[in-house]
Amino acid sequence: MSFLDLKNVTKIYPNGTKAVHETSLSIDEGEFMVFVGPSGCGKSTLLRMVAGLEDITEGDINLDGKLMNEVDPSERDVAMVFQNYALYPHMNVYNNLAYGLKNRGIDKETIEQKVNDAAKLLQISDYLQRKPSMLSGGQRQRVAMGRAIVRNPKIFLFDEPLSNLDAKLRIQMRLEIKKLQQKVGVTSIFVTHDQVEAMTLADRLAVINNGIIEQLGTPIEIYDNPKSLFVAGFIGSPQMNFLDGNLKNKTLSAEGFEIKDINSDFEGEVTLGIRPEHLSQSENGLISLRVELVEQLGSDNLVYGQLKNKKDFCYRCPGNQTIEKGSNLSLNIDNNKYYIFDKSTGKRVN
Amino acid sequence: MTRFITSSFSHLILLIGILIMVVPVWMIFASSTHTSSMINMNGLQMFLGDSFYENYLRVLLYQGGFFKEITALKMFFNSFIMATGVAILSVVTSLMAAYALVYYRIKHATLLFWIIFITILVPLELRIFPTYSVMAELNLVNSYFGLIVPISASAIATLFFRQFYKTVPDELLESAKLDGANTWRFFVDFLIPLSKTMIVAMLIFMFVFGYNQYLWPLLVTTSEQYWTVVMGLKMMSGSIVHRFAFVIMSMVPPILIIIVLQKHFIKGVFQDK
Ligand SMILES: Nc1ncnc2c1ncn2[C@@H]1O[C@H](COP(=O)(O)OP(=O)(O)O)[C@@H](O)[C@H]1O
Ligand SMILES: [Mg+2]
Repeated sequence: MSFLDLKNVTKIYPNGTKAVHETSLSIDEGEFMVFVGPSGCGKSTLLRMVAGLEDITEGDINLDGKLMNEVDPSERDVAMVFQNYALYPHMNVYNNLAYGLKNRGIDKETIEQKVNDAAKLLQISDYLQRKPSMLSGGQRQRVAMGRAIVRNPKIFLFDEPLSNLDAKLRIQMRLEIKKLQQKVGVTSIFVTHDQVEAMTLADRLAVINNGIIEQLGTPIEIYDNPKSLFVAGFIGSPQMNFLDGNLKNKTLSAEGFEIKDINSDFEGEVTLGIRPEHLSQSENGLISLRVELVEQLGSDNLVYGQLKNKKDFCYRCPGNQTIEKGSNLSLNIDNNKYYIFDKSTGKRVN
Repeated sequence: MTRFITSSFSHLILLIGILIMVVPVWMIFASSTHTSSMINMNGLQMFLGDSFYENYLRVLLYQGGFFKEITALKMFFNSFIMATGVAILSVVTSLMAAYALVYYRIKHATLLFWIIFITILVPLELRIFPTYSVMAELNLVNSYFGLIVPISASAIATLFFRQFYKTVPDELLESAKLDGANTWRFFVDFLIPLSKTMIVAMLIFMFVFGYNQYLWPLLVTTSEQYWTVVMGLKMMSGSIVHRFAFVIMSMVPPILIIIVLQKHFIKGVFQDK
């Protein structure tokens, strides 16, 4: 049994909403797991069941070898960082950090030492006497982290903790969280709807859709080998291009071109997926793109345009290439870097 | 220039308002420092006389009532006990009632709350006889307990605390739980400090409410030993200056309470912001 074990966990809210369907998942000690998915897919619900803030309708949750289903949140020894931080407004930073320790009956000197250590680690030592209302967004974020770290819990739970920060701070805090987790080595679950955040933070990633884990794996596995149309569309930025097509006798006919010798016996309507970065210009390429807009990011250019059949399409190329608006590009797919999905079920078939 | 005129004008109106409220009180105070013959001959006075100590000491220590058993000093003591009791008891019960209504998984908590709330529509006067017979059955007539308890369940205070608790974000409770706080600790460590301002406001409000009770103490006390100041205003006999002195003194405790507690009140308001 691994450190945290979810077995067929289901959550149905009293109003009948089925937020999580028979989800099973194992997380190893020290692992950084990220739940990623669109808003409303049930990420928070799953996390809150681990914390004990929501009852489990069906299934089992084991943490460190103990069944958690009926254990009160105050007894679970988990720490959570909320989206709006949920700092204690009437306590200064020191007491915000110390409160959980006091409740555990730890003596004053040990508390002081632990709080000071955590404060140093998070660089908030200068604000220990301030109330949360006198801190900036980034500082509040650190206090929330400090409150989690100081208790040295079995597991850290993060529910979109970065989404209230501005873009620059978000990237900075993202890095700090990752570094901190590696330093402290505590098992963590991080919930986000931002796939970039998910990719950069995760040791392992669970892509969730409609209360179901669609795919579980390392960020690279999921990026390289998406198992469903949903995962393919959700992970990667800019989004994967999708084209309609038909697969028969190992030959894919899309609108305007064909691909032969496909490694699949599937026959029928399919969706072809191509990542913008898996294309290159070549004479007599498969795909002909009429350029409408070029976004120059410096290192890369994002080229947006339409195919012959008026479908929107995106191509990513190195920033040193100059591409004129209105020109026609001839593109080839890099060797075998395309994904074919059954159009009716969304399952990968190649 | 026009701004100066309009602002002077509004100041003038405010000043007139203040005078209308303060002058009668001042006249009673000024008159209460004269001798009764002076008042009887010359009417109410605007300036201080020289019988202040004489009049006030007499009022405080004079044995009044039908059986000459009660002094004004004792009445102040009774009123203070009653008002403080009502204030503390009603704030404590409202805090706890609101906590249960908001945070416990009570079926039909909203309905329950509205049932509590409509008791505001049933004034004490309407239930005074049944309440009295309960107190009589329990042998609590002529006791502080009987004076305090029946008027110490406050629907208004419960309403205020409930509405406040409802604005406290759920994450705070959840966060506290994960930090190992149980139900009781959340109440003591979070809700009470967070609602400090409101608690002080309610203490003032309920103190004045308790202090101003007239009909209930009149009914539930037969022994003069339990007379309160507001009852005494009517019961005390004596000359006009002594009555004036008593009126003036009867205004002091509520004002004192406001002065003492307002410091916390204002501090609380600004800290929460
Ligand atoms: N307390 C609740 N009662 C009923 N339905 C809820 C409740 N909380 C969340 N839901 C529903 O459950 C689903 C999953 O919600 P949530 O886990 O918050 O999604 P996410 O965090 O992925 O955005 C949503 O459809 C949401 O509307
Ligand atoms: Mg959420």
